Amino acid sequence: MQFDQSKCSVLKGFVTIKDGCAHVVPAAAVDLYFCSVSPGPCGGRLSTRTMLGRTLREVSAALKQGHITPTELCQKCLSIIKKTKFLNAYITVSEEVALKQAEESEKRYKKGHSLGDLDGIPIAVKDNFSTSGIETTCASNMLRGKGYVPPYNATVVQKLLDQGALLMGKTNLDEFAMGSGSTDGVFGPVKNPWSYSKQYREKRKQKSHCENEDSNWLITGGSSGGSAAAVSAFTCFAALGSDTGGSTRNPAAHCGLVGLKPSYGLVSRHGLIPLVNSMDVPGILTRCVDDAAIVLGVLAGHDPKDSTTIQDPVKPFVLPSLTDVSKLCIGIPKEYLTPELSSEVRSLWSKAANLFESEGAKVIEVSLPHTSYSIVCYHVLCTSEVASNMARFDGLEYGHRCDIDVSTEAMYAATRREGFNDVVRGRILSGNFFLLKENYENYFVKAQKVRRLIANDFVTVFNSGVDVLLTPTTLSEAVPYTEFIKEDNRTRSAQDDIFTQAANMAGLPAVSVPMALSNQGLPIGLQFIGRAFCDQELLTIAKWFEKQVQFPVIQLQELMDDCSSVFENEKLASVSLKQ
Amino acid sequence: MTHCLIEHEWAAVVGLEIHAQISSKSKLFSGSQVHFAAPPNSLVSFFDASLPGTLPVLNRRCVEAAVMTGLALNCRINKKSLFDRKHYFYADLPAGYQITQQRLPIAVNGSLVYSFCAGKNRSQVINKTARVKQIQLEQDSGKSLHDDLRSQTLIDLNRAGVGLLEVVLEPDMSCGEEAATAVRELQLILQALGTSQANMAEGQLRVDANISVHHPGEPLGVRTEVKNLNSARFLAKAIDYEIQRQINELENGGEILNETRSFDSKLGCTIPMRDKEGKQDYRFMPEPNLPPLLLYDTESLPAGADPQQVIDIDRIREQLPELPSVTREKLVQQYGMLPEHSFTLLNEVGLLEFFQNVMKETRAEPKKVTSWVLNTLLGFLKQQNLAVSESPVTPSALAELLNLLDRKAISSSAAKQVFEELWRNEGKTPAQIVSEKKLELMQDQEALEQLCHAVMEGHPQVVMDVKKGNPRAINKLIGLVRKATLSRADPTVIKEILEKKLAS
Repeated sequence: MQFDQSKCSVLKGFVTIKDGCAHVVPAAAVDLYFCSVSPGPCGGRLSTRTMLGRTLREVSAALKQGHITPTELCQKCLSIIKKTKFLNAYITVSEEVALKQAEESEKRYKKGHSLGDLDGIPIAVKDNFSTSGIETTCASNMLRGKGYVPPYNATVVQKLLDQGALLMGKTNLDEFAMGSGSTDGVFGPVKNPWSYSKQYREKRKQKSHCENEDSNWLITGGSSGGSAAAVSAFTCFAALGSDTGGSTRNPAAHCGLVGLKPSYGLVSRHGLIPLVNSMDVPGILTRCVDDAAIVLGVLAGHDPKDSTTIQDPVKPFVLPSLTDVSKLCIGIPKEYLTPELSSEVRSLWSKAANLFESEGAKVIEVSLPHTSYSIVCYHVLCTSEVASNMARFDGLEYGHRCDIDVSTEAMYAATRREGFNDVVRGRILSGNFFLLKENYENYFVKAQKVRRLIANDFVTVFNSGVDVLLTPTTLSEAVPYTEFIKEDNRTRSAQDDIFTQAANMAGLPAVSVPMALSNQGLPIGLQFIGRAFCDQELLTIAKWFEKQVQFPVIQLQELMDDCSSVFENEKLASVSLKQ
Repeated sequence: MTHCLIEHEWAAVVGLEIHAQISSKSKLFSGSQVHFAAPPNSLVSFFDASLPGTLPVLNRRCVEAAVMTGLALNCRINKKSLFDRKHYFYADLPAGYQITQQRLPIAVNGSLVYSFCAGKNRSQVINKTARVKQIQLEQDSGKSLHDDLRSQTLIDLNRAGVGLLEVVLEPDMSCGEEAATAVRELQLILQALGTSQANMAEGQLRVDANISVHHPGEPLGVRTEVKNLNSARFLAKAIDYEIQRQINELENGGEILNETRSFDSKLGCTIPMRDKEGKQDYRFMPEPNLPPLLLYDTESLPAGADPQQVIDIDRIREQLPELPSVTREKLVQQYGMLPEHSFTLLNEVGLLEFFQNVMKETRAEPKKVTSWVLNTLLGFLKQQNLAVSESPVTPSALAELLNLLDRKAISSSAAKQVFEELWRNEGKTPAQIVSEKKLELMQDQEALEQLCHAVMEGHPQVVMDVKKGNPRAINKLIGLVRKATLSRADPTVIKEILEKKLAS
């Protein structure tokens, strides 16, 4: 079936943008500090600063070649973490652990016994993954209260450590990952590094001169906003997020990163403090698709501790460089063209479709007819599982416990009231409502049935020959915090998860790839959704796309070199950081 | 079972929910060990304590135990079953929910045949059937220990997460004794299968009873649930009390509330339980962390499947041991045993094995062995409140004793004496005791004849009585001769000699 513009109402909107309102900044124009350049002609050692802007793959090569040592790399990242503390990306910085790990890694490199691509690579982990001996808070008083320190590592954390990765710290999030802004955690909101980028600042200067610069910082999106900010601000080379309805892809899109949500069952959830067991997937945030593939290669596979992981062994893979897309079929789901979609995102989406088409791929409009019911059903299923999963936080075995001891019931009630924020309590209440005997059939069972229909929509489309779906990740670019908090968490989540949660409902792999900067100089990402367990194929296509669009590197020179003014203004914000 | 018809215008209906702890090395969803009476909280994994992020991993052994129990109870085994979460807040339930099988349990539609002896000599066996509605796999909770003095509750999570089989019996029983007998039969079956130790005293078998009364021909009455019947003794008592209470209530114009009650063993009555959370809504939900449990049979077994990863129902069927009802039938047929004796042999833990071991080593008649085991041995055990395994008399010793008796080396009364000596457990064999105590029967016919002669000479009056036709008089002579032999002579032999002499 050949794509016919005249018949596809959705694609009528996809007029080719001539002027490229979203600037693809040529590589040469990028600040040298953060540009990917090959080792200098004189063959000398590269400065660690130069290293930081590089991808995981590049820095891994530099480590192997001895251009830099793990300790140098680690120290540089730690110093940037300190410099960017006002971003509120980290809840806990595990400096000692990281330095110790770097030391070990260095010994291995000296002996020539590197553990692999991740050996000596600084990484960060969202603070809802259990880390043995390192406090894990879920950005909630419930766990922070008594300083919950898990006695075990999440499987994904263990796998990273087994590969020699350096754990820089635990990143900020919405409380128990319930949110889409990384604004609703007990440690305060995360700030989008792009707020301080040269690209954004210059655009703002052109627009208005009177506004207070620093009060207008942007949200990262969420709930894995801390992980996104951490990678985006060069404090690490990859970070783990979690993705239940879009929590990895959404901040990736807002922070100009690659955000991968693997197929459900490909990566172990053991140790991930759950939001919705049937949809949660550990997510990966990196600066490029290849890096995401490297991390996925380490994380993927059966885990005897998670019965929902695939039994079949996962073969290690290296992403091929696709040169010919003419055999590909790209599906454009017409239901994703919603009125709320910003014209800029819509234009870029259209441009991306045209890009594939111009390179010979088949681009067709497809229908996922049950899309409009997805978000509502997502909320019923999400809150129901939340109500169940949160039941364990009762103050008895671990975490916060109130002072009231007149009865066990009174203790539960006060503990849970004090420990959870409004968002969490609200979801627990609705979830329990949906699970009541009298409501179960009308809400939970119905939502499950629709979930099946949504999954079937995808199956039908993929069976018709579509290789991947191309959709927006978010409605628009990141908005200022002051703008974001005008709506409540529930409304925001419903809007922000609109394009992402269906992949969770269906268990499909999906990846957000940054495409270009908006008029405001902010990143916009597009989403590819693939067939279940065809994560590698999905990433291969994403990699081709990434190469075509040449998304610019964030320019944070100002921030790094001359951040004194920023720090002055951010003193208040950093007070909320946990010491 | 005439006493089961409480009052002729009332009929009682009793259904049971029986929780049996699965006999397994580790818990249902975690690697923690299962032990009774281990130090508090010493057998608790991260999952058992519901640490966030932990996930359940199903224990294969528990599934096999459920399948085997299902097969033994003639159930249909569901090739696909599901796990659900049942929510309630309680201090010994760390996750705030129990993982159970509410929607689609592992086994359904079975039957439990139980029998008891009735009639004059309790020699008539009556078979009854209770339908098994379902068997589901679920987690046990921890234990709460209330310290009223310090007004605090202590929690022990050793039991939290131990695998349970919940066996649901349809309301096919009509009184306490029927219910108790059914539970006893289930207990024997579980023990024979090895799927549960089913020891009520250790809480491995716990029973809840649903009870209602109604007039025959009319709809069933409102039922109450009597919870935590954790002793065989109180099970029947509690149920019969509750039936009578409901009848009295209704006859006095009252009404029965659909409520949960507990049995107060001291007062011997059931009392309403204080509801923990008022009316409970368990908010059941599918357990998202466990995929459907799939079972196979020889036909559906996928080719090349890893035997460690799949469970083959037919293979478990092949491993089914002999069930108690079959064992009893065999005892009756093989040894000509009375049915009630076969019940007693099975009802006492280890007694059947003891009996069979004696049988292996003795030439004595099965009936004689049965009598010694059931009357003498069991009598001594009961008197001192000992288990069969604690008996000071070994099966071999009893077999040797019975051999001595069988070849008439000792008299029955001497045998009793030897048994008493054996019971004292001084390390002597029956033969040693017989020889030390000079308990052998007098085999010297001539000496015996002389003794008889002497007794007759010494008691002419008794001899006269015999000759006059008093049939009981000869017994007196026998007794006198026995006394003279220090009870070492066989009375029948003495009688023979005396009769010969008296007739001459």
